[in-house]
Amino acid sequence: MLHFLPRRLLQLLPTLFLVSVLIFSLQQLLPGDPALVMAGEEKDPEVIEQIRRQYHLDEPLPMQYGRWIAGVLQGDLGESMRIKQPVAQLVVEKLPVTLQLATMAMLIALLIGIPAGILSAVKKGSAWDVGANVFALWGLSTPNFWLGIMLIFLFSVKLGWLPASGYVSPREDLMQSLATTIMPAFVLGNAIAAVLMRHTRSAMLQAMNADYVRTARAKGLYEPAVVLRHALRNALTPVITLGALEFGTLLSGAVLTEQVFSIPGFGKLIVDAVFNRDYAVVQGVVLVTATVYILLNLLADVLYVMVNPRLRT
Amino acid sequence: MPLKSRLLKTSLLALALTCAGIAPASAQSTLRIGLAEDPDLLDPTMARTYVGRIVFASICDKLFDIDEKLNFVPQLALSHQTSADGKTVTIKLRPNVKFHDGEPFDAEAAKFSLERHLTLPGSFRRAEISPIDKVEVVDPLTVRILLKAPFSPLMAQLTDRAGMMVSPKAARALGDKFGTAPVCAGPYKFVERVAQDRIVVERFPDYWDKSRVNIDRIVYRPIQDSTVRLANLKSGQLDLLERLLATDIGEVKKDSRLRLATGFELGYQGVTMNVANGEKANNPLGKSAKVRQAFELSIDREALDSVVFNGVQNPDNQWVTATNPYYQSKFPMPKRDVAKARALIKEAGVATPIVLDFMVPNNPETKAVAEVMQSMAAEAGFELKLRVTEFATSLDEAEKGNFQLYLLAWSGRTDPDGNIFSFASCKGPLNYGRYCDPALDALLEKARTVTAQAERKAIYEQVAAKWLTEGSVLYLYHRALLFAHSPRLEGFKVLPDGLIRVTDLRLKP
Repeated sequence: MLHFLPRRLLQLLPTLFLVSVLIFSLQQLLPGDPALVMAGEEKDPEVIEQIRRQYHLDEPLPMQYGRWIAGVLQGDLGESMRIKQPVAQLVVEKLPVTLQLATMAMLIALLIGIPAGILSAVKKGSAWDVGANVFALWGLSTPNFWLGIMLIFLFSVKLGWLPASGYVSPREDLMQSLATTIMPAFVLGNAIAAVLMRHTRSAMLQAMNADYVRTARAKGLYEPAVVLRHALRNALTPVITLGALEFGTLLSGAVLTEQVFSIPGFGKLIVDAVFNRDYAVVQGVVLVTATVYILLNLLADVLYVMVNPRLRT
Repeated sequence: MPLKSRLLKTSLLALALTCAGIAPASAQSTLRIGLAEDPDLLDPTMARTYVGRIVFASICDKLFDIDEKLNFVPQLALSHQTSADGKTVTIKLRPNVKFHDGEPFDAEAAKFSLERHLTLPGSFRRAEISPIDKVEVVDPLTVRILLKAPFSPLMAQLTDRAGMMVSPKAARALGDKFGTAPVCAGPYKFVERVAQDRIVVERFPDYWDKSRVNIDRIVYRPIQDSTVRLANLKSGQLDLLERLLATDIGEVKKDSRLRLATGFELGYQGVTMNVANGEKANNPLGKSAKVRQAFELSIDREALDSVVFNGVQNPDNQWVTATNPYYQSKFPMPKRDVAKARALIKEAGVATPIVLDFMVPNNPETKAVAEVMQSMAAEAGFELKLRVTEFATSLDEAEKGNFQLYLLAWSGRTDPDGNIFSFASCKGPLNYGRYCDPALDALLEKARTVTAQAERKAIYEQVAAKWLTEGSVLYLYHRALLFAHSPRLEGFKVLPDGLIRVTDLRLKP
């Protein structure tokens, strides 16, 4: 049933190679000299030269790429120029944070988006449908940073229920960890819920008009069974693709949301690294997220097969 | 009430109570400070950011410190003496001082730290104290610094990172990774750092001045968004924050849960004018000092301050503030005079409008400053084309000479030399406008070698006469240092360097 897996895994290699070349070369197009940025306010010319030598910025680009990729193949993603920590260590530090935030956001999105989509399709034209559509429009059109700041003002400043920003690991204190991540997760999940709701609704509407649903009803099946077991199962295929893609995007770091809530995840790491021209960090983190993204796509394909028996040939 | 609804209400209440109880009431006192950025490496030799210096103020003591009036006060040193020829500085060290790892601080350690600043590859301190030729140990509590030439900014440098002492044992063991676990002799010792999340330090029980340390732990939290930083202070997740926005002052003053603390920085906000850096210098402003004077006269610094910052900055035309002993009162800030500006442009024989490419680092406040300047200068015949540029890119563009005006701030140094030498001398690394006058160079060099204040001030007067009338930096204002804190925090003072001194601070329960 999953005969395509080995082929797809093999295809990963050239894709990742191309991704690595792209990451490396696009970064070189960034204006601004990393040595100049690293040299601090004083910009002592000798220090600038020293930085160029130390980080091999004075070598030709193919050599710099070769050096980087050779390291990557041995599991060494390089070292942050700014704080001298290995990039792999930074990734290991930030990945659980982003993973937790992404999972919570996705759960919120799924819990809101799919039931709302089903409901509005089943009760098409009713007040439920209008309400769900208004919610979707609101979710899609509300900027994350604005919603984030509003939530902070309401729940932290006015009501004093939740910490305004920061992050606590669940291993340290589960309740506090939930308290610090619930607002950013809601902000992220809210937007995705809106997208999921729209897609579920249209896929469900299509499925509900299909012949097999009519047949199921004619057989006298209980309506919830018709909706959930027959219509929803078929409608879910595009929603899974979308969910996987959205989850991948979440894993590459929710830049604005992490910034607003000071969540030390991938998004904040990448943005700070770009502004500081900390090349090794940018390259390492983007490579890791690209890999995760590709793997999630693969996972979506596997899920298709599991949901849709027609693909199991 | 139906059971379901009652259950729902009870659960909501329980959730609210749990969340409300999240702010921990710990037995230990913890001061939480909100920083505007995440510091770079915490190694005094390799560090380069302003926020980094805020953290160092709690972990790394220096040979000397400054007080509110910029006087040098002893810290790890007790006293200093400069020889008559200005080439030897003898420093007596404080006895019974320990580093955080228990190692003693003595003359050997001081020599090690200074030599490390001078020789570690990639040291950012080398240029600051490069006139040092040799450091000698006289006795266990005395070091002698031999200079290649007299260097009057030396003492000021020793009140900053170049004067920070590190444990030789830890520095040798960690090499260039010392910044990941710094060991110094400050009131607090380093505990942990989670990049972009927090830096934690705790009270050092063997600190030489431990009676002045009243708080057990300090957590530094980088929160870039100033609105969110303030929200954290209001909601009680922070006790103190730096770099409050000028536009938020009113809000802080109105709120009984908050206190405001202000001062003025040592640095300035200015505009660098391209006078000789590549093709772009070929414009009337770059070529004629009269046009540069006209540009200055077209700007009303006080109006600029009131429009953009509600009047909280310190509008000025010099590289040091009026409270600095080297301030030149003979050169007061000129008032705006559009008619005179137009006359000067006419005298220079230049046709208007004078179109100029104005590079502005991307930040809402600097952008507003540039826009106000644009409309002011337009009345005198200047057409400023604003080019808002990301900061790192702007540095590169400035280096290449791809600008005609560049809005650039300088965080400032204690000694006046630190605010002008690199910007105005022919080979100064920050002289982006490439202004070069050998006579001015000679004066700047001379000011570095003279230690007597009156004599040195007289030299800077000659510098001002040249630089302020035809130079390539137009000073606009000295920025206000704005802090907000909770009323629980007592003893907080703003020093001119803007760094947070943690001794004598208290947190009321």
